[in-house]
Amino acid sequence: MLNYILRRVFVAIPTLLILIVLCFLLMHSAPGGPFTSERPLPPQVLANIQAKYGLDQPMIVQMWNYVVGIVTNFDFGPSFQYKDRSVNDLIAAGFPVTLTYGSISFVLATVVGVSLGVAAALKHNTLLDYIAVGVAFSAQVLPNFVMAPILVIIFTWQLGWLPGGGWEGGKWPFLVMPVIALSTSYMASIARITRSSMLEVLNSNFIRTAKAKGLPTRTIIWRHAMKPAMLPVISYLGPSFVAMITGSVVIDMYFSTGGIGLHFVNAALNRDYSVMLGVTILFGVLTILFNLVVDVLYAWLDPKIRY
Amino acid sequence: MVFDTDRMTRISDDMVEAEAVKGRSLWQDAWGRFFRNKAAVVSLVVLSLIVLFTIIGPYFAVWSNEEIDWNLMGNAATAGQPSIENGHYFGVDDLGRDLYSRTIQATQTSLIVGVIGALVAVFIGTLYGATAGFVGGWVDNLMMRTVDILIAIPYMFIIILLMVMFERSFFMLFVGIGVVSWLDMSRIVRGQTLSLKHKEFVEAAHAAGVGSFTIITRHIIPNLLGIVAVYASLLVPLMILTESFISFLGLGVQEPNTSLGALISEGAGTIIYGTLWQLLIPLFFFVVSLMSLFFIGDGLRDALDPKDR
Repeated sequence: MLNYILRRVFVAIPTLLILIVLCFLLMHSAPGGPFTSERPLPPQVLANIQAKYGLDQPMIVQMWNYVVGIVTNFDFGPSFQYKDRSVNDLIAAGFPVTLTYGSISFVLATVVGVSLGVAAALKHNTLLDYIAVGVAFSAQVLPNFVMAPILVIIFTWQLGWLPGGGWEGGKWPFLVMPVIALSTSYMASIARITRSSMLEVLNSNFIRTAKAKGLPTRTIIWRHAMKPAMLPVISYLGPSFVAMITGSVVIDMYFSTGGIGLHFVNAALNRDYSVMLGVTILFGVLTILFNLVVDVLYAWLDPKIRY
Repeated sequence: MVFDTDRMTRISDDMVEAEAVKGRSLWQDAWGRFFRNKAAVVSLVVLSLIVLFTIIGPYFAVWSNEEIDWNLMGNAATAGQPSIENGHYFGVDDLGRDLYSRTIQATQTSLIVGVIGALVAVFIGTLYGATAGFVGGWVDNLMMRTVDILIAIPYMFIIILLMVMFERSFFMLFVGIGVVSWLDMSRIVRGQTLSLKHKEFVEAAHAAGVGSFTIITRHIIPNLLGIVAVYASLLVPLMILTESFISFLGLGVQEPNTSLGALISEGAGTIIYGTLWQLLIPLFFFVVSLMSLFFIGDGLRDALDPKDR
């Protein structure tokens, strides 16, 4: 097992480096630097600014410095847009917010999705099953950027129950709509996957044996069916994590929650390359780490995987 | 001897008939299965209607998508609601542009992006996966490990990075979306190729002395086509979702072009003025097209990949 984990970590490290190098090269091959503006700066001023940000050095040196900065003290460099703030400041301000509603959404999507899926599978071909499948299917076409305005129309404009945006340190009324908007479509996907894999497991021979043995349903489900049925769900958790991180950009923008996504969009609109680069790399690192955890969990749960 | 002539003829007729029963090909079978799936057929009709609407709709438009109705500019909330009299069947947006024409244009854009994005992904993915599967050995190993590494990168950010760095053109959008979506496709195609390579009918063809090239064209490719078609059709709605997401953020197609994501974004931004139709009309087209595409994809999967049921 340890061996397997180590091997996966060894794959994760080059992945991270490739990600950083790829983003860095993309950023620096872009036409027009961050200081190109409508009115060209005097050459001396431009040279000074470039020297300050280290842009006058050869590309490979810049890249080396950047990577070393990230690896040694987690330093993503200065923002090109806000002269007095570094990328780290922006991330430190936004990340806790994103993390708060992101993790709540993730847990909610997983727990509700799995329960709904299991319930639908156990009550196969009953009204509950049909409702669950119908809801799961329609929620697939309601991604976060569709859910967000719909929720605002219902809960803020029609009912007036919830504030239409803001954060206020994460008080619960401000959390409800971001969490629902972010988690709905993944909840639906998780429910669908859980349902179909649970149905498959329930029809398998070892469950029939357990039934024939006279085990109570509760034991059959918890002791025998749950573990194999969860495998496809676990392998879907990786992609859904990525999708939620991406979706947080919409949430931050629409609900003005002040999370990291807003900085990313602003940076994209202002061509603040260093912030974009920093956010992309941060999310990449999170994704890779999370995938690592999922893979290890999967290997631990699935007896068929040899490591 | 006494012949029951009647019976003999009947039997011989039956035998002739039995001989006349032809084997059904994979595609005929799939065709039949697809058309027995009610949801898929209804979706196909709905989608055709939407496509038809985007083609003939412009002929009924009173206003073009770029024209500004100066009478309504600025007071869209009070006078811009959908109406037949002034020719704005779907109302106007905040700038006084006709939403009917804009919705048609946006639906066209989204569908085209979906199809072309999926085609790019399918093309690269099939080529890559089939090569890895056919060649095998260390080449396969290297190619698939590369995919493993690439698949762990959050792509939305890379697409946005690409769109910001280079000009935000249609071409960039197609390339960006397609280039990052071929990874799953390549895995699926490779797996399928590998398993086909060791199937009995391929072995039988080998044993019968059929050449490799003929085996590939006659046995492997037709069997790949099914699964490629299925995943291509499931990719289209995903591509539309991706594009709409980017356009919602304001980083996708640029004015005067528009897409459903961009219209939804605009509509979502103006609901405080009570102009609900600006959100609901594009949303309707978005949800209906996506839903029918998903149903069609599901129907195709059931039809062409029957072991999955």
